[in-house]
Amino acid sequence: MTPSDSLTIYLIVGAFLLFIGLFGMIRHRTLIGMLISVELMLAGAGVNFMAFNRFTAPDPAVGQAFTLFIMGIAAAEAAIVISLVIAVHRRFHSVDPQAIDEMHG
Amino acid sequence: MSLYRFLAEGIFFGFIVLIVFGGLLTVRARLLMHAVLGLAVAFIGVAGLFFHLGSPFMAMMQVLIYVGAVCVMLIFGIMVGQSPSQTDQLRIKGSNALLASVTCVAGFVLLTATLIRSRWHTATEQIGDFTMQHLGTSFLHQFVLAFELISVVLLIAILGAIIIARNPEKGSAS
Repeated sequence: MTPSDSLTIYLIVGAFLLFIGLFGMIRHRTLIGMLISVELMLAGAGVNFMAFNRFTAPDPAVGQAFTLFIMGIAAAEAAIVISLVIAVHRRFHSVDPQAIDEMHG
Repeated sequence: MSLYRFLAEGIFFGFIVLIVFGGLLTVRARLLMHAVLGLAVAFIGVAGLFFHLGSPFMAMMQVLIYVGAVCVMLIFGIMVGQSPSQTDQLRIKGSNALLASVTCVAGFVLLTATLIRSRWHTATEQIGDFTMQHLGTSFLHQFVLAFELISVVLLIAILGAIIIARNPEKGSAS
């Protein structure tokens, strides 16, 4: 069995994307940096769906449809977050999440 | 193993190297613009994996939507939002960064160990209909409700993004 026909390698790549996204989310302290890391995690989810679709699913359309919906949700989420970043930058003149603490009470 | 099969495996590992390199560049980059560049490289690697998983359509969609649309939108957000010199101090440092990397490496090693030890009953050959025609038919029969809902979600997201990003002073004046 060749490496590209083994489910485990794809799942390990998905796990790598998940944890590198988590690390980037902790490490970047700008809102856009966090958004970039979330996109990495979503790509990992897409790889997992496509791998299980190829190796275990009886109907190959299911996993592909799931991955397409993940792409749509990710695009919508990126649009919303970028508009939020623009609004926050206009209001606070900063994109540091630590600076947006006006409601700390 | 034939020569073509050998070349295909080499390209497969090349795509994995692209994903690892792009992911590391994304989290290690000083400038956010470099992080977006790493993200695009990682997405191209993911598209290559989709190609190896028997779905060229999904690989094309990955390049079109992620590399083509999402990355351009992120670059737009970076250029509108802030000056590039700000990004250097906006990262965690010292013991916190060390703790974060140790946690993520430990989680990755644990998950990988679990994945290697588990046994999957996988199909050696591609089973089922991987054609684009079958996918399109499924979208308009089996998944028609989800297909319509995602279009509504995208429409609401676009409208919401416009409303949130609008300048309130100018908006009320007009």
